Amino acid sequence: MMHKISIKVNGDLYVLSVEPWKTLNQVLREDLNLTGTKLGCGTGDCGACTVLVDGRSVTSCLTLAVEMDGKEILTVEGLAPAGEELHPIQRAFVEKGAIQCGYCTPGMELSALYLLKNNPSPSEAEIREALSGNLCRCTGYNKIVEAVQWAAKELKAEKSKSTRSK
Amino acid sequence: MREFSVVGKDIPRPDAWLKATGKAVYTDDIKLPGMLYGKLLRSPLPHARIVNIDVSKAQALPGVKCVITGQDIPKVKYGNWRLFPATQDEYALAIDKVRFVGDEVAAVAAIDPDIAAEALQLIEVEYEELPPVFDIESALKEGAPVIHEESPNNVSVTRKIEYGDVEEGFSKADYVREDTFTVHAVSHAYLEPCSTVAQCDLDGRITLWTSTQTPYIIQCLLASTLEMRENDVRVIKPYVGGGFGGKMELRPWEFCAAFMAKLTGRPVKFTLTREEELATGRRRHPMVIYSKVGFKKDGTLVAKDLKISLDGGGYNSMGPTATFLCGNFGAMLYRYPNYRFFGQHVYTNKPPAGAMRGFGAPQSLFATETQMNMAAEELGIDPIELRIKNAMVEGDVIPDVATISSCGFIDSLKEAARMSNWKKKRKSLAPGEGIGVGCYSFISGGVFNWFNTQYPFSAAEVRVFSDGTAHLLTMASDIGQGSDTALKQILAEELGLEMKDIRVTSADTAVTPQADLGTWGSRVTLMAGNAVIDAAKKIKEKLFGAVSARFNLNVIYDMECKGGRVYAKGRPDRGMSFGEAVAMVQKAQRGEPLVARGYYTPRGKGLVTPAFSFGAQVAHVAVDQETGKVEVKKIWTAHDCGTVINPMAAEGQLEGSIHMALGYALSEQFVMDKGKTLNTTFLDYKIPAAMDMPQSKSAIVDTYEPEGPMGAKEVGEGLVSPTAPAIAEAVYHATGYRCKDLPITPEKILKGLRDTKKRKRKRS
Ligand code: FES
Ligand code: FES
Repeated sequence: MMHKISIKVNGDLYVLSVEPWKTLNQVLREDLNLTGTKLGCGTGDCGACTVLVDGRSVTSCLTLAVEMDGKEILTVEGLAPAGEELHPIQRAFVEKGAIQCGYCTPGMELSALYLLKNNPSPSEAEIREALSGNLCRCTGYNKIVEAVQWAAKELKAEKSKSTRSK
Repeated sequence: MREFSVVGKDIPRPDAWLKATGKAVYTDDIKLPGMLYGKLLRSPLPHARIVNIDVSKAQALPGVKCVITGQDIPKVKYGNWRLFPATQDEYALAIDKVRFVGDEVAAVAAIDPDIAAEALQLIEVEYEELPPVFDIESALKEGAPVIHEESPNNVSVTRKIEYGDVEEGFSKADYVREDTFTVHAVSHAYLEPCSTVAQCDLDGRITLWTSTQTPYIIQCLLASTLEMRENDVRVIKPYVGGGFGGKMELRPWEFCAAFMAKLTGRPVKFTLTREEELATGRRRHPMVIYSKVGFKKDGTLVAKDLKISLDGGGYNSMGPTATFLCGNFGAMLYRYPNYRFFGQHVYTNKPPAGAMRGFGAPQSLFATETQMNMAAEELGIDPIELRIKNAMVEGDVIPDVATISSCGFIDSLKEAARMSNWKKKRKSLAPGEGIGVGCYSFISGGVFNWFNTQYPFSAAEVRVFSDGTAHLLTMASDIGQGSDTALKQILAEELGLEMKDIRVTSADTAVTPQADLGTWGSRVTLMAGNAVIDAAKKIKEKLFGAVSARFNLNVIYDMECKGGRVYAKGRPDRGMSFGEAVAMVQKAQRGEPLVARGYYTPRGKGLVTPAFSFGAQVAHVAVDQETGKVEVKKIWTAHDCGTVINPMAAEGQLEGSIHMALGYALSEQFVMDKGKTLNTTFLDYKIPAAMDMPQSKSAIVDTYEPEGPMGAKEVGEGLVSPTAPAIAEAVYHATGYRCKDLPITPEKILKGLRDTKKRKRKRS
């Protein structure tokens, strides 16, 4: 039996019929060709598939697509604000050497975004804790942590700039 | 020292922004029209004869387009040691027997992955169970079940090294110790599960996109197993989500995808699940290491006798190389005037072990370094002093093994001691805390041509254009370590261009120049780097010629490409822009584009490698005396990697190595029951998370490798070796528990603590 759902992904509305067992990860990657979201384990243990659903971070490999009806989803493809090439978090990952093979990167960035939205000035320990559901086999995490620290600063600076100019 | 403009700088990798935005295409992201999805049926038994396979029900399932078994495929065995066909022991699908739980038996291609999975369950295989063996000792016993008929004693490869006179050496020793160490299997755990897409052209040629480190090796072995010509197989490496040695062989799904694409005329994709990866994938070799070393009273080494048995699992895989290398690594770091090694690769009914970051070094050096620490204690010499006393230096020669042309080992030891405040911490740490040292040496690519390539070891093609840009084509494979970036930096430096002026095309066997043996053994920077320089030099000669002619320069003028210009070194005004110089050459060649090929093959460098790196690492741990839990607080590393091409990338390699080595030392292991791997998720197979990482401080010791491109050599693979022995020594320093069998688990520590207490009580 197919279920009809309508979801907003990165601001675009999609109306889809999905089988009840299909995961959000499958729908994003296979039906919508949004392959930036990765699949590293399929069991909720690596975080490579992390996306934001209504602003909360979820592992898309364990999330059923049918439960997504009416929800707003943000994937790595939608991270950069319209008209800009990179979100400050992405820029930080690039500049700080936080990316090697890049397979963990989209998930890491979305976990970082979720953290910084809720805690704009996290301590190093808080960053490590917030990323503990995202595994990386290449970098040893240190440069990722540095990137998140740097992005936090950038985002705060941007914010204060925009409030000042208002 | 030469001044660099691009090399030696913290340049962010050009592919990073593609990866940061989710636009980088990995194999599983590829979708072709009409594509079928493949799945593999694997053996549930560790050792059995296949009596019959009935695929009729699977074939009848709607949506199934193709089912194959070992009976359907050419009977061609493969294996990377092509030079010695007897070592090629694997069929893409099992024909007669299965040899481990997970051995591939049949494959299905269907219109969607769920149908393919359902079809697997409809395949009926009748097995006749055979007695299995699961460890080295039982496999070597008289009358043990034979896993491959060709190796009646279950030993597939042996290797000996001997120089000096070991018996005589020991007779002169004042202190001799003998120890046996055991080390365990761990997973590469690259985040990207293996994936392959195959397409068959109308004329029958194959294109294969695959997550691999070695496109050229895959091309050759795929051609031979398909009974095709090499040039009719094209292998393309998309972005790869990590390899660490685990993606350097032809794999059954690559064969099956290509074979079924031919049969069906439709593209076929296989992507492994994490469960398949952990349950059946290649892993690091478990080994039993017997080592005997002799010293003079003053700490001078006199002899070493090393015997290593490798638990290879059901097939050779990269085991022959690991057997070869662990004996070489046993001879490294220190000056052993007399040395003997015997290594044997033993079959067992477990998933095959293969190449994994360090390739025999983490195991072999765990033994060397732990024994060094034990000896230091008993000789009453500081462990770092003992190492400095015996350390290899530049110019050392090991017969049949190595010529050391650059070596920063002693400086690394001194620097690691200085940074960590070693002397003071060794004496004055809080109870339950400890500090320990471990060292490494590693190769910059292998010399011994076991693949029997007919091409240079590395090749590069450089095309330059009148708009001032260049295009670098190379079969070197970036699997995340950053070789595309490093090679681009080297070319930019040579041609005096900027990173943005250079386009790189890498790892496509139909387009990039023949050949390159791929990414393993830390060969790329040195070998592909040298090929790039060779090509660039040829380009430069042409450009210099054109500029000289234009300005009527005396032939004795030294010329230079720098800052986007080509000019006479002493008369910078006598020159022109890079693009203008290219245009002139092209004019002089009557329109022929300016293209050059460069090559590198190591010659006259012994049998192992053209260059060795060295380093020392100190670990500081705190051990919870109640729970036995180890917290690694800080790690200091000093290492020698020649000229550093990209310091930020080198540091990333170091930190990644610490991560992997931390898992090896403390948390990662396979739980096996009768040949079956039980922990097949990342929940149960524990790789360190962000919170588990220690602080890290590092220093690069200044050396220049004459054989390397601009003086560079290996970085980032050898670094995976020193951490486990350093942590083991620190745990001993903290608790008195000496680990000789990895991993260092809380249970072992607690038992060790109890034993130490008992011993103390007895003594008092
Ligand atoms: S793929 Fe979803 S957590 Fe690993
Ligand atoms: S960069 Fe490779 S897994 Fe994180």
